[in-house]
Amino acid sequence: MSETKKFLYVNRKAPYGTIYALEALEVVLIGAAFEQDVSLAFLDDGVFQLTKGQNTNGIGIKNFSPTFRALGDFEVTKLFVEKESLEERGLTADDLQEIMYEDEDDDWEEKPSIKLVSRAEMADVMADQDVVLSF
Amino acid sequence: MSTLHTVNKSPFSTQSLQSCLNHCKDGDAVLMIEDGVYGALTNSNMSKQVQTKAGNVTIYVLSPDADARGLIGDKLLGEVIAVDYAGFVKLVTKHDRTQNWL
Repeated sequence: MSETKKFLYVNRKAPYGTIYALEALEVVLIGAAFEQDVSLAFLDDGVFQLTKGQNTNGIGIKNFSPTFRALGDFEVTKLFVEKESLEERGLTADDLQEIMYEDEDDDWEEKPSIKLVSRAEMADVMADQDVVLSF
Repeated sequence: MSTLHTVNKSPFSTQSLQSCLNHCKDGDAVLMIEDGVYGALTNSNMSKQVQTKAGNVTIYVLSPDADARGLIGDKLLGEVIAVDYAGFVKLVTKHDRTQNWL
């Protein structure tokens, strides 16, 4: 029996322009089967992955943004988003999708998965991990 | 004589848009495509620079790429003109050359 490790997936790329964002999401979903302590970090252009209102009909690429809302069902419930990265891009928390999970330790109460953190707090999140995977 | 400049990278991850705006001449056009469309965002660190340049250079955004990224309505700078793929082709034919800022 292996022990649980803390995994952080670091997302720093915008969606669609490169394949990194979609590949990261696929790796997270695959990794979810291994029941580790998973967190996702969104900073720099990575914050663009979580924005509302994406419509890819005109570019012939799958819109994978709704998939983030399914992460809660895979017990991926910690999505850390860096405030400074949002501000530099003219975005606020209101520009992001609402992503919820049901907390099994709290009578299945619905709670938000997105946690806004400062750059300093993001550094602490990163330093607290066993494994960091970058995209 | 004028040039159509295209920018396909996010202005927050590369200097492509910055360099394009620093080199284009009055009467030129700048078309933001792919991740370049983030250059048309309101209230960002780049907004002011794009708005200032828009007086001398016409700035366009490719609407299918902007839509894909959720850049619609008040997320887009008022100074930026949206074009579709046919509009892209027209811009290419209207200008004497195309320069891609990769």
